[in-house]
Amino acid sequence: MCNAKVIPISSYALELFDFDFLDHVKLPLYASYVSAGFPSPADDYLEDKIDLSKYLVQNPTSTFMMRVKGSSMQDAKINDGDILVIDRSLKAADGLPVVCFLDGEFTVKTFKKVEGRAYLYPANPAYKPIEVTEEMDMRVWGVVVWVLHKPVKL
Amino acid sequence: MTTLFGLCDCNNFYASCERVFDPTLNGKPVVVLSNNDGCVIARSNEAKSLGIQMGDPFFKIRNLVEHKHLYAFSSNYVLYGDMSDRVMQTLSLFTPNVEVYSIDECFLDLGDFYDVDLHQYAWEIKRTVTQWTGIPVSFGVAPTKALAKVANKLAKKSAKANGVLVLTEPYHIEKALQATKIEDVWGVGSQYARFLKNHNIDTALDFTNASENWIRKHMTVVGVRLHKELRGESCLELDEVAPPKKGICTSRSFGKKLTTFDDVLEATASYAAKCARKLRNQKSCARLVTVFVQTNPFSENDRQYYNSKTICMPVATSSDIELIHYATLALQAIFKPNYWYKKSGVIVTEIVPEHQIQFDLLDTVDREKHNNLMKVMDGLTDRFGRSKVQVAAQGISKSWILKSDYKSPCYTTRITELPIVYIQK
Repeated sequence: MCNAKVIPISSYALELFDFDFLDHVKLPLYASYVSAGFPSPADDYLEDKIDLSKYLVQNPTSTFMMRVKGSSMQDAKINDGDILVIDRSLKAADGLPVVCFLDGEFTVKTFKKVEGRAYLYPANPAYKPIEVTEEMDMRVWGVVVWVLHKPVKL
Repeated sequence: MTTLFGLCDCNNFYASCERVFDPTLNGKPVVVLSNNDGCVIARSNEAKSLGIQMGDPFFKIRNLVEHKHLYAFSSNYVLYGDMSDRVMQTLSLFTPNVEVYSIDECFLDLGDFYDVDLHQYAWEIKRTVTQWTGIPVSFGVAPTKALAKVANKLAKKSAKANGVLVLTEPYHIEKALQATKIEDVWGVGSQYARFLKNHNIDTALDFTNASENWIRKHMTVVGVRLHKELRGESCLELDEVAPPKKGICTSRSFGKKLTTFDDVLEATASYAAKCARKLRNQKSCARLVTVFVQTNPFSENDRQYYNSKTICMPVATSSDIELIHYATLALQAIFKPNYWYKKSGVIVTEIVPEHQIQFDLLDTVDREKHNNLMKVMDGLTDRFGRSKVQVAAQGISKSWILKSDYKSPCYTTRITELPIVYIQK
């Protein structure tokens, strides 16, 4: 993240404050809460429950969600009504799905680099890839890191 | 005390928040309206160029909005609050000490960094915040807070600075002070600005050249502190934790004029509950509660009435139930029928920390029960959203609720209001 070399002198500067996880510190619930009786053999092996949001969101300050609209496309495995988890802190790299802003709407495309040129590929073969040029008012808004959808009933 | 302050300030913050989720607004004039869509409280640069002033009433700009020459939004504090959080947390990755100064400004401690190119680092901070959150920011760096303010303002204004200005060289600082009008100096209000101009002090540089004794004589100790700060002597520290507020006021204009006691009480009770929640959030209790009501001073046809009443409660409290109870008594004392009321408000003062309350020997309130009830209520509110559980006096219909006809969705905090992204284009 930082290219500038930073070595804080003060020792306390090395503490990383992350407010996000401070406001819900989970305490493990002891399996054996009756003081009399036999202690649970699992007590010494308690771990925190899996926190799904920590797993889905690497960088909370730069992560946003959007709701997908449009008919389902098998190629991209993205369906109508899905939720996309988007991280703005990631750089668009070859082959990654990205959200960009085109003609007044947010849309999902695959970012492709071919011989030094950048393209946005639709997942649907009916649409042409778009070359990203300097003069285009096209900005990649963020990189898609998760696609969340419910299983389809078959 | 640090040797170097950074000041990060979000450009046109409210308008920028709206633009992150609707980039079609980029380059277009955008304004944000006050509670109740009453008047303009924020303007994008393009809106400033159109000549729209702070505080312009909505009816004055309605025509521009209807013809799409101007884009107006009701204030969406849920969205702005979340975006502010993201900006502040991103900033706190760059330094161990920050002071969140307001919803869109933050001081950073940039002292004691060893072997770091400040310019490069400031750019890095600016770039990262904009990339991660979508909010454009300006960044000023200087040896004191007041100079950091000067640097930030110039960073914003000057095309050459392009949003980042580091003032560490005496020569640069002098140039910057010369380019800063006295009325643009942090903490100099319009009255002092007039007074200073009458004494040929037109720029921040003129101000620093005035003698400290003269400043002390005419501008109290606050002026002296500012004088020192601008001369490079730091007197204002980084307040890393906001001090608990000494007074909390919740007051709103009603969505429509109200005339019955019950309607005004409903609104006032809700404001009392809001104050109580704010008190609990900062772990304090209040002893005095003041209620005021007023008619619309701008309406020439309405008979005018304003009144307020303060009640000293037996024991300092932060309970919804108690505050609503005493606010009701205060309102009963000042409410008069046959007026069109436009606004009411609740102010709590004499605030003490929760653990320093003077109890009353004759106190009949079961405080422990109240505290437990409030904890449960706050928990439910956090889980299910505002107004899902409340004291009955706050009413169900809420006919007095604010107008916000032009509010954008809460894009970042409500799963039902996420931005839409299309598959096929």
